[in-house]
Amino acid sequence: MASHVTTPGAVEPKMWLGGIEPMKASYGKLMMWFFLISDTFTFSALLVAYGTARFSFPAFTGKHEDFTFSNMYWPVPERVYEAVPFLHGISLPLVFVGIMTFILIASSVTMVLAVEAGHRMDRANVEKYMLWTILGGFTFLGCQAWEWSHFIHGTDAGTVMKVIENGTWVEKTIFGANLTENQYGPPAFADFFFFITGFHGTHVFSGVILNILIFFRAATGFYDKRGSYEMVEKVGLYWHFVDLVWVFVFTFFYLV
Amino acid sequence: MAEVHHHHVHNQDPEAGAEQRKAIWKTFWILLIITSLEFLIAFTVPHGVLKVSIFIVMTIVKAFYIVGEFMHLKHETKTLIWSILVPVIFVAWLILALLLEGNAIFEAIFA
Repeated sequence: MASHVTTPGAVEPKMWLGGIEPMKASYGKLMMWFFLISDTFTFSALLVAYGTARFSFPAFTGKHEDFTFSNMYWPVPERVYEAVPFLHGISLPLVFVGIMTFILIASSVTMVLAVEAGHRMDRANVEKYMLWTILGGFTFLGCQAWEWSHFIHGTDAGTVMKVIENGTWVEKTIFGANLTENQYGPPAFADFFFFITGFHGTHVFSGVILNILIFFRAATGFYDKRGSYEMVEKVGLYWHFVDLVWVFVFTFFYLV
Repeated sequence: MAEVHHHHVHNQDPEAGAEQRKAIWKTFWILLIITSLEFLIAFTVPHGVLKVSIFIVMTIVKAFYIVGEFMHLKHETKTLIWSILVPVIFVAWLILALLLEGNAIFEAIFA
């Protein structure tokens, strides 16, 4: 550390046009924070709407082992999400979503390591960790695509349900779910699944695109030329936010 | 590409940032352990107020580490920290208001 000590005041201060630097943060970083606050409101609205719908429906009151799919009560999520790729027919509650959670947390770690490397102007490590983060993002998206596909196609047996069709009650077997039919429970449950995980997945996808852009600019020496890797930090904030949202989705959609 | 302007001095010291990297990995292990504990609780504790409360506390702890360490908010100025935290009060209000509303809808239809 002693080989490189900056004298106080030697670093050129980063000023905004008013001549000061509010909250000791650059303009871009502060605006990213405020954007993330607005995004927090959007995700909160979705999750709170989920809570409202859940509280206004009857809950399943029996034992978890006795749970069966029905549109008369809200489903127990651990019995809905129990499928894992290549292990067809085996009940593994929440295992796959656990793997997805781990992937996202790991990609958050590689992202913050890229930010740290950027502070040291260490281009090779920024490239390495950005690639790991991009890989984590794509893996998560792949997992989500599989989960959606499974959720939409449903179980082998389907669920026999009484539903209203063209104004009359009919009994029919429903396979999987879409925005109007749902074999796992009330249609609202499937709607919230598609909207909440879909909106989050869209954020992951945008994050991966931004990460690729950052990787490309780092690899072509753009940030070396600029003399600052702060863009890695700003996009890092966005990527961590996506991870943060998943922590809440995981608890309130899958666990509770 | 020939002219490269360096505003910052390239730091070649391999020990530089070692402390931050240690903090990053520590945060990773904390997040991993909490998530594993959540799994354990999901299958051992009977469903009820206690289980939900434990999950909410654990989620807030995880959020604290992600926002504080990964997003570095803990090390920003106090004004920035509060600018981010205070608006979340509105979210807390929204949760309370709409969960009560959901309960009222349930009572009106099913009770």
